Amino acid sequence: MEGCNGMINDFSLLHKFSFDDTYIVLDVNSGIVHSLSREAWDYLNAWEETGDAQKAIALLETTHDRRDLEQIRGQIEELQAGGLLFSRDETLESYEARGSSVVKALCLHVAHDCNLHCRYCFAGTGNFGGDRSLMDLETGKRALDFLFEISGQRKHVEIDYFGGEPLLNFTVVKDLIRYGKAKAHAFGKILKQTLTTNAVLLNEEKSAFLDAENVHLILSIDGRPEVHDRMRPFAGCQGSYAAVCKSIRTYLDSQKLDTYYVRGTYTHYNLDFCEDVLHLVEQGFTRVSLEPVVASPEEEYALKEEDLPVLGEQYEKLARAWLEYYRQGKPFEFFHFNVSLDKGPCLIKRLSGCGAGHEYLAVSPGGDLYPCHQFMGQKEFLMGNVHTGIFNHQLGEQFKSAHALNKQPCRQCWARFYCSGGCHANAYNFNGDIYKPYLPGCALQKKRLECAIYLQVKRWESRTYDKED
Amino acid sequence: MTKKVHIKTINKKVLTQTLKTGGCGECVTSCQSACKTSCTVSNQACQKE
Repeated sequence: MEGCNGMINDFSLLHKFSFDDTYIVLDVNSGIVHSLSREAWDYLNAWEETGDAQKAIALLETTHDRRDLEQIRGQIEELQAGGLLFSRDETLESYEARGSSVVKALCLHVAHDCNLHCRYCFAGTGNFGGDRSLMDLETGKRALDFLFEISGQRKHVEIDYFGGEPLLNFTVVKDLIRYGKAKAHAFGKILKQTLTTNAVLLNEEKSAFLDAENVHLILSIDGRPEVHDRMRPFAGCQGSYAAVCKSIRTYLDSQKLDTYYVRGTYTHYNLDFCEDVLHLVEQGFTRVSLEPVVASPEEEYALKEEDLPVLGEQYEKLARAWLEYYRQGKPFEFFHFNVSLDKGPCLIKRLSGCGAGHEYLAVSPGGDLYPCHQFMGQKEFLMGNVHTGIFNHQLGEQFKSAHALNKQPCRQCWARFYCSGGCHANAYNFNGDIYKPYLPGCALQKKRLECAIYLQVKRWESRTYDKED
Repeated sequence: MTKKVHIKTINKKVLTQTLKTGGCGECVTSCQSACKTSCTVSNQACQKE
């Protein structure tokens, strides 16, 4: 494409999208977001269509003010010269992750057992395809020792107490939380501890302890009572919504800081999942995450290809609702809309992805190490043991290399620096290869990102106008 | 009459520049928070910011 300044411009370096009355351009490599007037939007589209800046002006001058078009052209030239539009970076062409990775986070499977029988559970109702078991204190302590040793110079380290249901092993969890804290103090590190729970056993006493120890909680609830109960029953098929909702309220009443997320899963049964997010918000849960189910296509509740347009509309509906709540002074957080444009991670982080297999490992109740919780129990992904260390470094290197620039479909995707190639487990489960992204997941990811960027633009406008007022 | 602003630039941080300045590795591991199945790296915060 012939540019304003005679240079050839490649429109694949931009992602253009509109949301209601807002026209947005993301400069993919720089990560810079521009909000365009309708005239500038038309101009950019005409330029792409005609392949020439002058022709674009000629095409539009019957319907647009020529002075406006010239002004837009000048502004685009300035942005381009400043590296904020159509930007390239040759170093990305041959990027390879430098240095060796440092394991800094563990997902501790303290219980391969569960008191719920969720129908979509990737852990096979808690046991991950093996025996029902609990991690003993010795193994848990060894896992923490392993983390503090292997994390070397990294100051920030993380533990997630996971399962199954970790509160089934609360005595051990309590001891490990205290042990981790003392260990962090001794090593001069900052330890972030989280616990992912279905909340059934979360009573006042446990809530008070977890809050006092500054443990962040991820609380599983799917939304409206009928939606939740259908997928998250007790073993006897009785719904768990009432018990879970009560426990979460108890916890929220006792906690002082917003160190929690309520987290749910939506399926083919609740394609109108926006209602579930808003239901949770109306319960007073203001930090919410709701994610698409990961399931084999033969499952009735699995999301289908034909669901994607409806799901896209739901994310848009949710973004509009989010904005309305924000404007009414009742903001809530929806995890996937939290994209920080100026305070987000560096590009190196974005290319290291989730860190599974090289920065982040999952530990089985017996101490075996896997690239992440999703690969738990799969023999071909066994990487080592907390007692004997990592023996399969090659697997870690494979995960490290599986970043967006090394995945063929991602290299051309505008969202590559926001998801870093997506979830390895999804790629492996659906395509048998961590280098082949799960494309329906990509479609949802891109829709979420457009909504998130749109909301950032609206927030920016609102702050700017407030200042002007 | 004020001149109409046709292009508003929302953010300043140029990602490609962080190839030189970033990589300290102190940030939160993305899959440890409220998503355990849908990797979204960009919604993590930089520890330096």
